[in-house]
Amino acid sequence: MLEIKNLHASINGKEILKGINLTVRDGEIHAVMGTNGAGKSTLSNVIVGHPAYEVTEGEIIFNGQDLLAMKTEERANAGIFMSFQQPIEIPGVSMTNFMRAAVNARRKYQGLEPMPAGEFLKLMREKRKIVELDSKLANRSVNEGFSGGEKKRNEIFQMAMLEPTLSILDETDSGLDVDALRIVAEGFNKLRTPETSAIVITHYQRLLDYLKPDIIHVLIDGKIIKTAGPELALEIEEKGFDWIKEEAGL
Amino acid sequence: MSDNNQFVREVAEKKYEYGFTTDVQTEIIDKGLSEDVVRLISQKKGEPEWLLEFRLKAYRHWLTMEEPKWGHLDMPQIDYQDISYYADPTQKKEGREKKEIDPELMKTFDKLGIPLEERLALSGTAVDAVMDSVSVKTTFREKLQEKGIIFCSISEAVKEHPDLVRQYLGSVVPYRDNYFAALNSAVFSDGSFVYIPKGVRCPMELSTYFRINARGTGQFERTLIVCDDNAYVSYLEGCTAPMRDENQLHAAIVEIVVMENAEVKYSTVQNWYPGDHEGKGGVLNLVTKRGHLRGANSRLSWTQVETGSAITWKYPSCILSGDGSQAEFYSVAVTNNYQQADTGTKMIHIGKNTKSTIISKGISAGKSQNSYRGLVKVSAKADGARNYSSCDSLLLGSHCGAHTFPYMDIHNDTAIVEHEATTSKISEDQLLYCNQRGINTEEAVSLIVNGYAKDVLNKLPMEFAVEAQKLLGVSLEGSVG
Repeated sequence: MLEIKNLHASINGKEILKGINLTVRDGEIHAVMGTNGAGKSTLSNVIVGHPAYEVTEGEIIFNGQDLLAMKTEERANAGIFMSFQQPIEIPGVSMTNFMRAAVNARRKYQGLEPMPAGEFLKLMREKRKIVELDSKLANRSVNEGFSGGEKKRNEIFQMAMLEPTLSILDETDSGLDVDALRIVAEGFNKLRTPETSAIVITHYQRLLDYLKPDIIHVLIDGKIIKTAGPELALEIEEKGFDWIKEEAGL
Repeated sequence: MSDNNQFVREVAEKKYEYGFTTDVQTEIIDKGLSEDVVRLISQKKGEPEWLLEFRLKAYRHWLTMEEPKWGHLDMPQIDYQDISYYADPTQKKEGREKKEIDPELMKTFDKLGIPLEERLALSGTAVDAVMDSVSVKTTFREKLQEKGIIFCSISEAVKEHPDLVRQYLGSVVPYRDNYFAALNSAVFSDGSFVYIPKGVRCPMELSTYFRINARGTGQFERTLIVCDDNAYVSYLEGCTAPMRDENQLHAAIVEIVVMENAEVKYSTVQNWYPGDHEGKGGVLNLVTKRGHLRGANSRLSWTQVETGSAITWKYPSCILSGDGSQAEFYSVAVTNNYQQADTGTKMIHIGKNTKSTIISKGISAGKSQNSYRGLVKVSAKADGARNYSSCDSLLLGSHCGAHTFPYMDIHNDTAIVEHEATTSKISEDQLLYCNQRGINTEEAVSLIVNGYAKDVLNKLPMEFAVEAQKLLGVSLEGSVG
């Protein structure tokens, strides 16, 4: 599904990613863990195409396509979705209009006609249930006045609407209480299929308890210094990152 | 903000859709302004003596005045002797009666989406179509007459309803009001006249479409709307002009009189040629619009979507004389490239328990300057007056300007006046968020701008709202909730 080879990226001339290699196969969930400032969010931003980051070397192949040659919206329409660490507020634009624009943009990309209004509203109702968002959401402006938990649930709701093949959860667990975390994680799990994959960026084990990742990567100082099975996350929870750094000779 | 700049550039380079010229034989009087020109205009229109006197008084007063300089505008020098003050595209051709409309004119209005044949017209909308100095046709006149409603060009009204015109003309905007009002009062040509009799609810939307066509001319619209006791009318105004390298002047006066318990809704979608991306050409839109809420519990709302013109100088205002009268001003002003807008309103509270609402949304892009200027005045006798003002500015890019000039003049302790103002930018984060959901930058900006202007667009009648949304660059698919 996704193949990242020797990826170097910088922001404002400062190199953050220093040669990332990562392969995600269909149906896999990968967790990327690491200390603050290690480059975890940079990695997700580069995959989705944040214009502030410059890729200086390497490549990303997504289902056979050269991802770095595609615009942000093309990547999204090709099936990449990011749950933002800090979802953005768009005053005055209702969730309904926003989602309608997004759903129809994807349909246009796929060569389909816009979705009829009735069908669209029905879809909104169905998908809302996955993350227990109430019906008032549809008329509220995008993320405006949403609580931290609602914002994250709203991200997973959008994921449900857009049915991506690769989802990136960028610290989706940050700022969530136990109940909200459960709703978000269970919502995410309902959307899993053997064809969909995910990259989960997190500091903590508790989200991974729900998501059960297949592979854990440790990202330190712009490089993946260790890759192992799910037991690694538990070890990190217990012992932190220092021992991994030492092992890698950092 | 590279993507955003690219979008702004794309908007800037977008062709103005209405920039064509109609090739029609037009009688244009010689350039220049003098008493003789004023007399000539009056004579061409076959006016009574009192109206010529009105014009001459206005002209003589205009000579004593100076152009206002207080606007936040870099106004080009206007050479008033280098403008032709009267252009008639309906001029009789050999072998054709004046009553017959030149097919070229019909075609022009068709192209603008304003069919002049009633069977083709938008259902429920009557149109007065004005090109240059002359009304070409007014539709549904007879049908409206059955209810006693008068809807015709002001030139015809002068002939057919002289008493009504004489009673109200200049009663809301006196010719002494300001420089451009005096100029208009001296040389005004056509515009619409509306009279809704007591107790009548006008069954259709009334509208006037103004088109500038002839080169080197100015357009001096004059519109007068009188809504008698317990009557109601919704009136729409639209306007476009050809693309030209030189500025053209549109100096208008719109007067509205609202009697007891009556209600007038006045909506404008102003799309005059804005000039090119280097700021060359474009219409100078210098307009005095004012409504007088004379009767108790009368209501008036101004809704404007201003996207065109090189310069807009316009303050649709309300004088709230009737006790319990209510006035509203809803405005979206978009400026791009080198456009300049200085627009807002005046709410003059005189009657008791009067209420006014001001919602202004400015959107600036390119190197444009966009100012809100508003006055809320509460006179000593206006017990219980209330005003709420909200003025928001949205900036696209970093080379444009947004300014707010609110004035308050309160002479009554019981008044409650609230003012809120915000300035925001479309952030890179907002665009990224939309892009990540598959929405391209152009659509994202449209979505955000449309959402921002929603409170005002919602006030427009349906057909107009659609046109306005298109003007704001919104595709219809995304705009229907």
